[in-house]
Amino acid sequence: MSVAPTPALPRRGQEQPLLAVRDLHVDFKVRGEGLLAPRRTLKAVNGVSFDLYPGETLGIVGESGCGKSTLARAILNLIPATAGKVVWMGRDMSGATPADWQQVRRNVQMVFQDPLASLNPRMNVARIIGEPLRTHRPDMADAEVLARVKAMLVKVGLAEAHLYRYPHEFSGGQCQRIGIARALILEPKLIVCDEPVSALDVSIQAQIINLLKDLQKEMQLALVFIAHDLAVVRHVSQRILVMYLGRTMELADKHDLYADPKHPYTRALLSAVPLADPRRERGKVIQMLSGDLPSPIDPPSGCVFRTRCPHAFDRCAAEIPPLKAINEHTQAACWLY
Amino acid sequence: MAVDNNKLIEVDDLSVKFATPDGEITAVNGLSFGLERGQTFGIVGESGSGKSQSMLALMGLLAINGRASGRALFNGEDLLSLPAQRLNRIRGNRVAMIFQDPMTSLNPYLTVERQMTEVLELHKGLTRRSALSLAISTLEQVRIPDAARRIRMYPHEFSGGMRQRIMIAMALLCQPDLLIADEPTTALDVTVQAQTMALLRDLQRDFGTAIILITHDLGVVAGLCDQVMVLYGGRIMEQGSAESIFYRPTHPYTLGLLGAVPKLDHEGDRLLAIPGVPPNMAHLPAGCPFSERCTFVMERCATQRPALRPADSPTEADDEVAVLRACHREVIEITREAERVLP
Repeated sequence: MSVAPTPALPRRGQEQPLLAVRDLHVDFKVRGEGLLAPRRTLKAVNGVSFDLYPGETLGIVGESGCGKSTLARAILNLIPATAGKVVWMGRDMSGATPADWQQVRRNVQMVFQDPLASLNPRMNVARIIGEPLRTHRPDMADAEVLARVKAMLVKVGLAEAHLYRYPHEFSGGQCQRIGIARALILEPKLIVCDEPVSALDVSIQAQIINLLKDLQKEMQLALVFIAHDLAVVRHVSQRILVMYLGRTMELADKHDLYADPKHPYTRALLSAVPLADPRRERGKVIQMLSGDLPSPIDPPSGCVFRTRCPHAFDRCAAEIPPLKAINEHTQAACWLY
Repeated sequence: MAVDNNKLIEVDDLSVKFATPDGEITAVNGLSFGLERGQTFGIVGESGSGKSQSMLALMGLLAINGRASGRALFNGEDLLSLPAQRLNRIRGNRVAMIFQDPMTSLNPYLTVERQMTEVLELHKGLTRRSALSLAISTLEQVRIPDAARRIRMYPHEFSGGMRQRIMIAMALLCQPDLLIADEPTTALDVTVQAQTMALLRDLQRDFGTAIILITHDLGVVAGLCDQVMVLYGGRIMEQGSAESIFYRPTHPYTLGLLGAVPKLDHEGDRLLAIPGVPPNMAHLPAGCPFSERCTFVMERCATQRPALRPADSPTEADDEVAVLRACHREVIEITREAERVLP
């Protein structure tokens, strides 16, 4: 398999990306139908490439089953990639040992969707937030760990009084603050957020988004922000990667993606988001997608989106459209361009 | 409150209380509203605001420790005091309910066919054969492709969006006068959500079904609802036409909700979050339930509960239905702030 060329987004001059992902594939073996049927391959992530620079936010959007969460986990090697490269601060992680990954994870932490489920119910807040320090900095004195935990607790908008309480005593939004504190305690360079606000009420969601943005500015964090809510993604990201059935449909700067989406799938997604504005919501034209999501075990030939695409023509079934630069800010995988 | 004969359903002073080991908790407190045929009524609020419990109370589906009081006249009969047998004739027939998770309302052990025909045999006395053909045509109405074959499948064999459509089809089998939809699109992807919303709109147009839509998503409300009720801590904060709620909010909580929604078409730097945490229903303040999180809070808000009354202001002159609000602040104070912070 050839390594895809660096996507043609010459950004930030000579600065080295914090994270470079090249032609990443993650396959799952699944049982075929019937007792003796051969095992089949589900391509959850199918050739995704992107660069992420320090302090930047990359939004990853797509519908259920598009592979966005698998991609996030593969970046951290929580799910092994089948092929492709993850380059972390210039270092190719192909063939890296678990100890090498342990090093990397000091700098990359994750925040999960279900705030309560991602916290150990038998640990108090002090232990939950201090745990990464104990793992990665075993030499650190207990008093120092506690001091850092306290400082972090305040930073995420909780109080010292919360230190010795347990997760079930907190609301969803507070649990997510604890999850964020745990992710930040090592002062990482990158946080991968997998649907961090989708389980929260809208008023609390806004608090958490504002908190993430503030901390990002303060700590020079890069974020990979996975969400299905395009309005939330717009609010936090500089660049956005749109996935469908494991493939990148479009990768563009935020302003371009929302003002002038190029890929028909991006357009359909954007038009489907309901606006909290009755006159405009009722007046707008929605590009309704026909049919249902095809099975990822048996994806369509050529462009995976063609079975639901209003513009599909012969070539779309025959050849896979490569991701190519349409202008300075936008890459799309579509034969219309 | 006088009974209005144009109303399909007229709810008056609905309250729901739960007996818990820690004492009685009032989940819903004094809701009143009415709905005409073909209208869509939105109930908006966050977790624990009482939006689902109020509707479960109407359907007689409260948990065993729950008790509803007040009155809910549906075609002249009080749903809250009907004997179970009579209620069973109305439920699923004249009033149907759909839920967020279709798998909670579909029986995983029965084929879709059996579940659908059972309803028709029970409520409409149809034969198996005519029930089957009606079930298939209803599935076709909700755009299940190849319905005649697929009706023999089990719920787990369908995708999430299709299951939602099957549940809607089941709810519509008897062409109910009233459909109660509790977060019907929350678990769905946006493209499927758009399909489902369009479907609800079409069905309403074709059959004149009245819909009560419970949701936390203001975008869904904007797309579907004529009237909107905003709940917090089990009480009505504001109630009025969708136009007035979205364009001329008169309650700080409504304003807070509108400001907290990230906009697809607008990027401010910061979202206007509502500070604080959701209310603890066991320990609500004596005054306004929202007072602990309200940026307009005054001294008396914590102790004196503001009554729900018409927003006495010219802003709602062009609306057919007066806006009701429960707030000690003057309307003008809220509208001024709304003009300042909302795009």
